[in-house]
Amino acid sequence: MLEIKNLHVAVGGQEILKGLTLSIADGEVHAIMGPNGSGKSTLSYVLAGREGYEITQGSVLYRGQDLTTMAPEERAAQGVFLAMQYPVEIPGVTTMTFLKTALNAQRRARGEKEVDAVGVLKLVREKAKALNVPEEMLKRALNVGFSGGEKKRLEILQAAVFQPSLAILDETDSGLDIDALKLVAQGVNALRAPDRAMLVITHYQRLLNYIVPDRVHVLSAGRIIKEGGKELALELEARGYAQIIKDAA
Amino acid sequence: MAAANETRKAETKLAVAELGEKYKYGFVTDIEMERAPKGLSEDTVRFISAKKSEPEWMLQWRLGAFRRWQEMREPNWARVHYQKIDYQDSYYYAAPKSQSNKPQSLDEIDPKILETYKKLGIPLHEQMLLAGVAVDAVFDSVSVATTFKAKLNEAGVIFCPISEAIRDHGELVRKYLGTVVPVTDNFFATLNSAVFSDGTFVYVPKGVRCPMELSTYFRINAQDTGQFERTLIIADEGSYVSYLEGCTAPKRDENQLHAAVVELVALEGAEIKYSTVQNWYPGDEDGKGGIYNFVTKRGDCRGNRSKISWTQVETGSAITWKYPSCILRGDDSVGEFYSIAITNNYQQADTGTKMTHLGKNTRSRIISKGISAGRAQNTYRGLVSVHPRAENARNYTQCDSLLIGAQCGAHTVPYIESRNRSSRIEHEATTSKIAEDQLFYCTQRGIPAEEAVALIVNGFCREVLQQLPMEFAVEAQKLVGISLEGSVG
Repeated sequence: MLEIKNLHVAVGGQEILKGLTLSIADGEVHAIMGPNGSGKSTLSYVLAGREGYEITQGSVLYRGQDLTTMAPEERAAQGVFLAMQYPVEIPGVTTMTFLKTALNAQRRARGEKEVDAVGVLKLVREKAKALNVPEEMLKRALNVGFSGGEKKRLEILQAAVFQPSLAILDETDSGLDIDALKLVAQGVNALRAPDRAMLVITHYQRLLNYIVPDRVHVLSAGRIIKEGGKELALELEARGYAQIIKDAA
Repeated sequence: MAAANETRKAETKLAVAELGEKYKYGFVTDIEMERAPKGLSEDTVRFISAKKSEPEWMLQWRLGAFRRWQEMREPNWARVHYQKIDYQDSYYYAAPKSQSNKPQSLDEIDPKILETYKKLGIPLHEQMLLAGVAVDAVFDSVSVATTFKAKLNEAGVIFCPISEAIRDHGELVRKYLGTVVPVTDNFFATLNSAVFSDGTFVYVPKGVRCPMELSTYFRINAQDTGQFERTLIIADEGSYVSYLEGCTAPKRDENQLHAAVVELVALEGAEIKYSTVQNWYPGDEDGKGGIYNFVTKRGDCRGNRSKISWTQVETGSAITWKYPSCILRGDDSVGEFYSIAITNNYQQADTGTKMTHLGKNTRSRIISKGISAGRAQNTYRGLVSVHPRAENARNYTQCDSLLIGAQCGAHTVPYIESRNRSSRIEHEATTSKIAEDQLFYCTQRGIPAEEAVALIVNGFCREVLQQLPMEFAVEAQKLVGISLEGSVG
């Protein structure tokens, strides 16, 4: 599904990722853990194609295609989804309108027929129910006045609506209390599928109690310094980043 | 009939889909025109009046305005810059020749004219078939078609070209014309008073709720022609009318002057809703060509409990100079102004409103959304004035500006004059930019950047778009997208 080789990325002339290599197979859930400033968010933005993140070396293949030459909206249409750490507010645009516009833009780009308002409403309602997103939230302007938990739930709802092939979750657990965390994790687990890969980026092990990964990667100073199974997360929790980084050096 | 309806609907959808192009109204219709000699003199005024077979009082009214105008100076207080207009280098009257013998029905109208309207996306036949919009189409200076007359007649509503009203309803016109915007009001209004060629007249009798939305599409076609429409709408006691005005003009390298006057009179308990979608040619990417739009629009809430509501979506014109205003004369009267002004490339807009509170318990509400992109300048200029007699007057003003890019400007110039201590005036203003993270969020979800800008801007304008009648709102939303094309990336 995703194959990153020796990826170097600079932001504002400063190198953040320094030779990152990572591959995720169909159906797998991988976790990336790392301390602040290790390059976790840079990785998520560069995969999504955000402006200002310059690839200086290396390659990213997504389903065998060069991802780096595609515009962000093209990547989205091809099934790359990034649940953001800080979802933005768009005043005056209702959540439902946004979902409909985005869904149909993706479908149009793929040469599929657009879904009419009724169809979108039905689809969104069905997915919203599972995530406990109230109807009223869908009528409010996108993310405007939403709590942290509501914003994160809405990100997962979008993943459920768009059905991406590669879902990247950037610190989806940040700012969530334990109940909200469980709800979001449930939503993510429901998205697990043989033809879908997920990359869960997190600071804490906590989230991985609920979303159990197939592989865990430790990111430090722009490079993967350690890899392992789900037990690596527990080891990190017990020994701390500093110790693991020291061992790897 | 039902099948025909379906076809028409499909055509409408197609027409709306076509809106996705650049300025698609930039075509010229090739029709033989009859013009007044170039330039402006008493003879021009007499020529126009004679062409319209006007009564003597109308001619004298025009001549009075013309003499006054010669002593006036062009105003220069607005934040707009343009080359001096040569008023002698323009035609003040142009009419399609084939209109010399007035058409009796749509079938008799020059097919080329109908084709023009079709290109505009509002085929008249379709309007007739689809529910409820009567169209008075002004093609340059002569109204070519007035539809739905029969149904309006039944309700006692008069909806006709003003030239016709001057002949057939002279007393009504004479009673109200120039009572809201006096002949001496301002340079452009005075010019209009002298040379206006046509426009629309509406009279809604006592207690009548106008059975349909009334609509006029204006179009400037002939070269070097100023267009000076005059619109007069009178809502008699307890009546209601909603009026829609849409404007487009062809692409030309020269600038064309458009100086219209609109007067609204709402008598006791009456309500007038006036909506405009203005999409005159804005000039090209380098600021060449485009319409100079100097318009005076004013409504008089003459009776108690009357209401006038202006909604405007201004996306076109090289220069917009326009302040639809309300005189809140009657006690408990209400004035509203909802505005979206979008400027891109080298466009300049100086627009806003005046709310003049004269009566007790009068209320006004101003919601202005200004959007600037490219090198455009966008100014909100407004006056809220509360007179000593206006006990308990209330005003709420909200002016929001949105900037796209780093080379455009937004300016807010609100004037507030309160001469009554019991009045309450609130003013809120914001300026924001479309943030990079908003755009990235949208593109990440699959929405291309230009569509994302349109979506964000439509969200920004939502409160105003909601005021528009349905069929207009759809068109306006599309226009928002089109007029901002090329503003990102």
